[in-house]
Amino acid sequence: MNQDVSPIEKTAGAPLVTDDPVKLSARDVTVTYGDKRALIDVNIDIVDRQVTSFIGPSGCGKSTFLRCFNRMNDTIDICRVDGTITLDQEDIYDADIDPVQIRARIGMVFQKPNPFPKSIFENVAYGPRIHGLVNEKGDLEEIVHSSLEKAGLLKEVKDRLDAPGTSLSGGQQQRLCIARAIAVSPEVILMDEPCSALDPIATAKIEELIDDLRENYTIVIVTHSMQQAARVSQRTAFFHLGYLVECGDTETVFTNPEHELTQGYITGRFG
Amino acid sequence: MVDSQGGDRPHRTTEIVNAGLKRRYRSERVFKLYGIAALAVAMGMLALLFVTIGTRGLPAFLQTYVTFDVVLAEDTIDPGRTRDPDVLSTANYQALVRQTLRDMFPDVSGRRNQRELYRLISSGAPFDVREMVMDNPSLIGSTVSVSVPMSADFDQFAKGHISRDVPEADRRVSDQQIEWFDRLDQDGRVELRFNANLFTHGDSREPEMAGIWGAVVGSFYTLLITMALSFPIGVAAAVYLQEFAPKNRWTDIIEVNINNLAAVPSIVFGLLGLAMFLNFFGLPRSAPLVGGLVLSLMTLPTVIIASRAALMSVPPSIREAALGLGASQLQVITHHVIPLAVTGMLTGTIIGMARALGESAPLLMIGMVAFIVDIPQGPMDPATVLPVQIYLWADAPERAFVERTSAAVLVLLAFLILMNGLAVWLRNKFERRW
Repeated sequence: MNQDVSPIEKTAGAPLVTDDPVKLSARDVTVTYGDKRALIDVNIDIVDRQVTSFIGPSGCGKSTFLRCFNRMNDTIDICRVDGTITLDQEDIYDADIDPVQIRARIGMVFQKPNPFPKSIFENVAYGPRIHGLVNEKGDLEEIVHSSLEKAGLLKEVKDRLDAPGTSLSGGQQQRLCIARAIAVSPEVILMDEPCSALDPIATAKIEELIDDLRENYTIVIVTHSMQQAARVSQRTAFFHLGYLVECGDTETVFTNPEHELTQGYITGRFG
Repeated sequence: MVDSQGGDRPHRTTEIVNAGLKRRYRSERVFKLYGIAALAVAMGMLALLFVTIGTRGLPAFLQTYVTFDVVLAEDTIDPGRTRDPDVLSTANYQALVRQTLRDMFPDVSGRRNQRELYRLISSGAPFDVREMVMDNPSLIGSTVSVSVPMSADFDQFAKGHISRDVPEADRRVSDQQIEWFDRLDQDGRVELRFNANLFTHGDSREPEMAGIWGAVVGSFYTLLITMALSFPIGVAAAVYLQEFAPKNRWTDIIEVNINNLAAVPSIVFGLLGLAMFLNFFGLPRSAPLVGGLVLSLMTLPTVIIASRAALMSVPPSIREAALGLGASQLQVITHHVIPLAVTGMLTGTIIGMARALGESAPLLMIGMVAFIVDIPQGPMDPATVLPVQIYLWADAPERAFVERTSAAVLVLLAFLILMNGLAVWLRNKFERRW
């Protein structure tokens, strides 16, 4: 296997060189599950207020890497993360940093829409409430309304905020989850294949939404669809077998990839 | 050759499949038949149980009463005319009742015959008269019509369980007594009524005065203690083990032991209770408090296992959603996981309670098998519980206790069905879909 991946290692780990302001960066990040290495020496910079997409075949470690940014891997006992990840030059794995604080600054949207079995209002209000972001009831309502508005859901649900979140359609549920993440005013939103459980129309709506959100938030999206990566992201990172093979402007990666593995994947020769 | 083979193949496959089809369907039919037969046997057994207990127990819900006019002579009840409750409660009501009987049958003479006559009615009858007087002292001096239970033997005779055709020496009622009974019956004084004593009295040596209320109250206090202890402790243990405890050798040992404890014979818990709560801590014998403690030890493993299963069934996506928003582990558990698991926890607890309600062996060990007439007023009073009451009555030789045993079983079954029904209802009502 090492014979196979040796060409990868040559380019793997080259940080994305850019003059743009960097929001998140990873240096020599290695993730191990028990004694299996899921990610090996990944180096990457994520640019502020841009959409960065992670692509690659199944099992390449892209979702694992995404979950490193908000320390969701902490919840898995056998998972170990080595290396450094910084948010605004601050090490998020520092012993003094509480994962709760990190997760308030870095929101996450999951593969399968997972609204709480509560009302639409309560779903969105939950984050601000636990963090004590509001003191008055009026403020909370405003946050809920503006979050739903930003997630493009307000028009559809404003008459039935008391209806259970699970009564919405799949696409609406996913936008509800996005609204829920926005309500905490995070700086970064991580999206783990947010459209894989949705139909094309709902997918188009989410993609539009992602495009709108990038004005205010840094977005990292894991996707299986190369078309989606091409449509929504400004930067693309290609992962293979735990290595970051290539990272660059989306246009460059898709039209003129540096690495032959990338070329092979985007032209559909494997994956 | 090759051509014909290629052409034959689909045809031959069909043939082979068809040849085997019959056998396949037959084995399927046979399998279904076994299942149906097993179900039929089980249902038959259940039906047999209900029919036997029902036919035996239902007569106990009725009791033969005799109505007669008692002269509440002031000289006997309250010679000093003080109307002092102490005087009223200690008056000789037995004499009044006996006098009434003698007046109704003036031809009965001789102490021996009179004693035979007195046996027609319950020895508890004077207490009923006393209660009447205590409730309304203005009745003193007048003649009132009173209905009192007949003694158990005549109750059984009235219900046809004792036959006239049996030789006199072989039955518990004499020809003479039957004649008296018939005279009362002809006067329209004998009637079969709802047996209220069964639901209002404690235990008694006289079947017609015996009731299950003492045992029901004892069971209630016992279960109250069991519930109050095993639900919070069990849920707390389950939440800690499932959500917080590290996975190491210690927690493995604890888990294995909890599973083992759930399979320990219940009498062992009774022995433990006897050694710990009675001998070491010196808690009162026969008390629902101790019964509840013992039964909580017994139900705790069940509650913990059921609660852990309920916690485990909460989908991880909900935990991830809350964690991803920045909820702390405790917030994830208290805001999301427990609300979703609480129905399952309650269901498990109710089923554990139902098991505790039907348990008698461990309670025998801590003295809840005593003959207790008084209705317990609290968890520290001596008491018995329904299954132990059934055990006690099943041991009694009187015919009337046989039907009361079955009646008590019916009541216990009703409570058990009620509790299990509640568990099913809770599960269906609060079942959530994700």
